[in-house]
Amino acid sequence: MPFVPHTPEEIQEMLDTIGVERLDELFDEIPSALLGAQLDAIPEGMGEMEVAQLMRARAAQDVPLTCFAGAGAYEHHIPAAVWEVTTRGEFYSAYTPYQAEASQGTLQQIYEFQTMISELTGLYAANASLYDGATALAEAVLMAVRANRKVKSKRVLIPRSVHPRYRQVVETVVTAQGIELIDAPLDDTVGRVDAEALGRFEDQPFAAVVIPQPNFFGALEEVDRLTDWAHGLGALAIGVCNPVALAVLSPPGEWGSAGVDIVCGEGQPLGIPLASGGPYFGYMATRKEHVRQLPGRVVGRTVDLDGRTGFTLTLQAREQHIRRSKATSNICTNQGLMATAATIYMALLGSEGLARVAAMCHERTRELVQRLTAIDGVERLYDGPFFHEVPLRLPRPAAEVLKQLAAHGVLGGYDLGRDYAELGSVLLVCATEMRTSAEIDHYAALLQEILHGDAAVARSSG
Amino acid sequence: MLIYDISRPGRRAFAQAPYREPSADSLPRRFRRQSPPRLPQVSELEVVRHYTRLSQKNFSIDTHFYPLGSCTMKYNPRGANQLAMLPQFLGRHPLAPDTHGQGVLACLYELQQELAVVTGMDEVALSVMAGAQGELAGVAMIRAYHEARGDTARTEILVPDAAHGTNPATATMCGYKVREIPTGADGDVDMAALDTALGPQTAGIMLTNPSTVGVFERRIQEIAARVHEAGGLLYYDGANLNAILGKARPGDMGFDVIHLNLHKTFSTPHGGGGPGAGAVGVNQRLLPYLPLPRVGQEKGDRYRWLTEADCPESIGRLGTFGGNIGILLRAYAYLRMLGRDGMVRVADYSTLSANYLMKRLQAEGFTVAYPERRASHEFIVSLKKEAKELGVNAMDFAKRLLDLGYHAPTTYFPLLIPEALLIEPTETESKRELDGFVEAMVRIRKEAEEDPDAVKGAPYRLPVRRLDDVRAARDLDLRWEEHS
Repeated sequence: MPFVPHTPEEIQEMLDTIGVERLDELFDEIPSALLGAQLDAIPEGMGEMEVAQLMRARAAQDVPLTCFAGAGAYEHHIPAAVWEVTTRGEFYSAYTPYQAEASQGTLQQIYEFQTMISELTGLYAANASLYDGATALAEAVLMAVRANRKVKSKRVLIPRSVHPRYRQVVETVVTAQGIELIDAPLDDTVGRVDAEALGRFEDQPFAAVVIPQPNFFGALEEVDRLTDWAHGLGALAIGVCNPVALAVLSPPGEWGSAGVDIVCGEGQPLGIPLASGGPYFGYMATRKEHVRQLPGRVVGRTVDLDGRTGFTLTLQAREQHIRRSKATSNICTNQGLMATAATIYMALLGSEGLARVAAMCHERTRELVQRLTAIDGVERLYDGPFFHEVPLRLPRPAAEVLKQLAAHGVLGGYDLGRDYAELGSVLLVCATEMRTSAEIDHYAALLQEILHGDAAVARSSG
Repeated sequence: MLIYDISRPGRRAFAQAPYREPSADSLPRRFRRQSPPRLPQVSELEVVRHYTRLSQKNFSIDTHFYPLGSCTMKYNPRGANQLAMLPQFLGRHPLAPDTHGQGVLACLYELQQELAVVTGMDEVALSVMAGAQGELAGVAMIRAYHEARGDTARTEILVPDAAHGTNPATATMCGYKVREIPTGADGDVDMAALDTALGPQTAGIMLTNPSTVGVFERRIQEIAARVHEAGGLLYYDGANLNAILGKARPGDMGFDVIHLNLHKTFSTPHGGGGPGAGAVGVNQRLLPYLPLPRVGQEKGDRYRWLTEADCPESIGRLGTFGGNIGILLRAYAYLRMLGRDGMVRVADYSTLSANYLMKRLQAEGFTVAYPERRASHEFIVSLKKEAKELGVNAMDFAKRLLDLGYHAPTTYFPLLIPEALLIEPTETESKRELDGFVEAMVRIRKEAEEDPDAVKGAPYRLPVRRLDDVRAARDLDLRWEEHS
């Protein structure tokens, strides 16, 4: 019996102790009409070897593509040590660290994680993780509405340059609580929030303004100006940031004259594999004054009976298992093990390593853009500064081009027309530190051939 | 010792960053940070040793018996972990085309179908990332259902007083008022109180079955009939499905929507807090509202992600991509290994373990909460007598158990039982472990009789003794500082 350890003799002894003859008797409180579920549609069990054969065959169907897509998930080098250590049973198979004395490993690791996120973002208090970037933003919006005592508004300004999936998730999560999401318009020339057009919002109260950096198009927003503008209206500022980019970009805690109030984002770039979309983790940090409004678990340092340093879950009065219907969030299970991996990743890279990764991504993307825009009819949609993603206009429908690229082993980017029909045929491309010049050349040659049927032209015009 | 305490300026894990030093100077200065974040400056060996040593300060299933009630801490098969981490699965970008993901999509589709069969629901979606998010999806679907019918006067969700805290917290997040239903003396829902609470304002009820007091809700069909009669829907919290997996199905009990905790019943790891996976299942009534995306099957055994275009009435998306797919693959591998007979064995032997352990503790003179009832896969010991007579409470027993090499059961939950230890041994623990736990409980009581203060001072053998939680909350120290 897989995973059941008992011998027949032991089973008999246990039944005898209970005072029943058969296992069935243990279920005699369940109404008989409910017993005897039909499970014929479920196959019989297999050994680990057979399951491995099945799943290896399945995995072999998923032909790998050379990845030039980002759009919320980024292929970075993950040091071998990250997952070797993370999948140690003591991390992998432990529960939430409610029994602090028996969980000092996980608790201290979370405290170190909180410190690293605090350093990257420039805000004091980070939590132990949320589900992913999108749900982290949803929680940040809910938190901002609770925390903003100056403005009694349930309206939140969320620009169209925020990841469209994030905006969808925020809508799913927050609208039942009467929160209204308002679009901020884009400046079509640079692909970021139109600062000039913000004036028309100035007579309306907002609980919060969401500021992405870099934004969904990879463009850099004028974050200082936007943060000050939000604060001028009495709104809280919520930053949404790629944590790797923060190794080189100014930390949200220093944006504008006062810094943002809440920052959140997708933690996946910090050592988490792409894995078709999850598990990833959301991170969140805030100023000390708002810490009691944070959702999720938070670890604090304290002392034990003998005065020794130790770590424990703290501020639990915010959480569902204590506060029930008045909790700051319903979150219980988070993405703990992903935060463990991210902690080890950040320790291995250090600020120097992480800055090199970020700068290398930027350099690779510049090289990619240079090579691709040398092709006739391929041009940048916007001309402002970017981090490691860029929208490119194509002379043919992006979906069709992507299909042909995939047939040749290249994931060519993300078809922006899926979310921004008004942009026409536009591909959002990305190159991380993983992409080589040879791979970039290969992509350019393929695109040249697909668009113009001639690889040679690409070389001569580049 | 924090990782920051071994950090030294100029030290690095040199193999782990690009060798060449690229320049980010082309980024305009106003966007660049002026001083680097203080991340640790350590060697690769220092990192590996530090976190390996930290891990050794944890209790875990791999190292200790972990009878944490309502959490189903059973063995997480290593095979499932290895197979979910096959390079093609790990390397696939979420926006890669479905044509290059037929393998992973086939696994997910079969998982959806088989979870629907074993729970008696019509359709399952896998994209929700934890139990609480499953609850959010479920209650949002209940809301969508009522709204689609123009039935907008339903403002209340009923929740038993013993429910997990996530239930009332979720109902609030979905814009509902929470009304608590008391538990009767026999551990089942108080039917008279239910009748009083039901009315035209009832949107639905959230129930866990077997319940959080560790017994099967015997009148579940009658409850379903009364709630449906009042126009409400029934939500099943799958936290305790392990007790009845393959034996009895929530769909047959009358539930309209369920969530499963795959990190409990389907043995995916808890990871020190997550990630989990919280599949949701529905009957026909709620089918149009299932969250996106989920996997659909087309002709010729081709699979693809269903989107808004396929499911226009969906409550929407609950995550950036398709959910915790790596966790779902572990659940899939586990399910394949169990097969249909193995699922029934999960219920059989988790229930056998719990009833055996309950009987043994009773025989040793401990008080169980519902002695006349069968235990499900868990049961409650109340240490009220020990607390009163010996001055040693449930928390003291819990801490001393840690010293003796056993993770503590869930303490002080559910709140309606004084000095509660909620004990869930699971089907993967041997009789020898269960007997050892009984011996440990007996030993602690004996120690308490002889020297209660000694027990109250536990633990002694762990990396730290009891921690000052009051100080932790009062003098907040949430991050390392240079001179702290």
